[in-house]
Amino acid sequence: MIPGPFDYVRPTSVEEAIAALVEHGDDAKVMAGGHSLLPIMKLRLAMPAVVIDISRIPGMSYVRVEGDEVAIGAGTRHHQLEHDEVARAEVPILPYTASQVGDPQVRHRGTIGGTVAHSDPASDLPTALLALGGTVVVQGPNGRRSIPVTEFWQGFFETALAEDELIIEIRVPRTGSAGWAYEKFTRRANDWPIVAAAAVDGRVALANMAGTVVRATATEEALARGASIAEAAALADQGTSPGADMHADQEYRRHLARLLTRRALEKAAGGAAAAA
Amino acid sequence: MKVTLTVNGQQRSDEVEPRLLLAHYLRDTCGLKATNIGCDTTSCGACTVVVDGLTVKSCTVLAAQADGSQVTTLEGLAGPDGELHPMQKAFREEHGLQCGFCTPGMVMAAIGVVADNPDPSDREVREGLEGNLCRCTGYHNIVRAVQSAAKAGPAAGQVPQSQEVAR
Repeated sequence: MIPGPFDYVRPTSVEEAIAALVEHGDDAKVMAGGHSLLPIMKLRLAMPAVVIDISRIPGMSYVRVEGDEVAIGAGTRHHQLEHDEVARAEVPILPYTASQVGDPQVRHRGTIGGTVAHSDPASDLPTALLALGGTVVVQGPNGRRSIPVTEFWQGFFETALAEDELIIEIRVPRTGSAGWAYEKFTRRANDWPIVAAAAVDGRVALANMAGTVVRATATEEALARGASIAEAAALADQGTSPGADMHADQEYRRHLARLLTRRALEKAAGGAAAAA
Repeated sequence: MKVTLTVNGQQRSDEVEPRLLLAHYLRDTCGLKATNIGCDTTSCGACTVVVDGLTVKSCTVLAAQADGSQVTTLEGLAGPDGELHPMQKAFREEHGLQCGFCTPGMVMAAIGVVADNPDPSDREVREGLEGNLCRCTGYHNIVRAVQSAAKAGPAAGQVPQSQEVAR
């Protein structure tokens, strides 16, 4: 399979990249590692006229503590995040979840900005990010703005990102020793999750239970009013709208959401107890 | 567009279409046919090569993205006198192949596994090779080969061309 023809632009600064986005608008797609975009280009599900390769822009790959938050450069590859000492100490759910993406070769290429921009409801890192809370920092011709992760993913392959905006960084709260877990159910080792649940600090997010990654709000509310993990997890699929495919029907996905939420919450509680 | 890459230690420049995949560049432009294309969907790992010290699936990388990079394919592993790379040797000695189609990608990915972990357990080898499929299901001997290569020394986790495989 070969992608459709396109013009290839390789900006060396964020400003140049945004200028290219302004010039080409909807005809352009931004590529970092290319591990979400290239596969759909090869299937001709995406046929951008212009590919803007941002992978050579310096300074887009980092993990650093800034106040109460951890800032992660959009160009940070999964492999880097997986092994990053700051991330492991300050927000351990992220490096662990990064280690669950695809396989080593995929993690050597894919970036956090790319998976956030792609808005696939079955993506690992967006699920963990949604459980963490935090913001996506984007830049356009008129400067930067911050979009809460709760508002960023708007539908299957749809985000709050404007045509002329580029994701610059992801900011998440430092969770330190708070308990966390990411529970992923796959059919094969390197697959996307059929369903996954991320839990951290009383918040729970689910992969593949709707058109976007979603919070398990009924579970979170139950936990907030003091329900047991078993009671709260039993509500995990409330308000979700999972799809059905050859691997799992809706009822099975609902079952997985409840089960994986319970496992994630139990693991997170155990982790918090161990750290205390 | 023009791309300049160092492939198996030799620098070369070629005029390519931006949409040319690295796998096709290596096979058709460079004539290096060891890099197989299996699934063509980033799943099977048969097209695994090392780019700037990291294993990648070359069916999901543009030649344009590899512009300026160091690329090592299976052909670049053996010495000039034909002496096999320790990982190749181990695959041969442990019968780590059956039909051989997955082998070039498997060997390249295995070098990455040992680069990451010089003494991997059975499970660690299997997890490290999760992105490589052997449709003969000859995994046991592959795992044995990787562990045997790792025991032979750190060279099993390195490619010959100037750079170590990054951790």
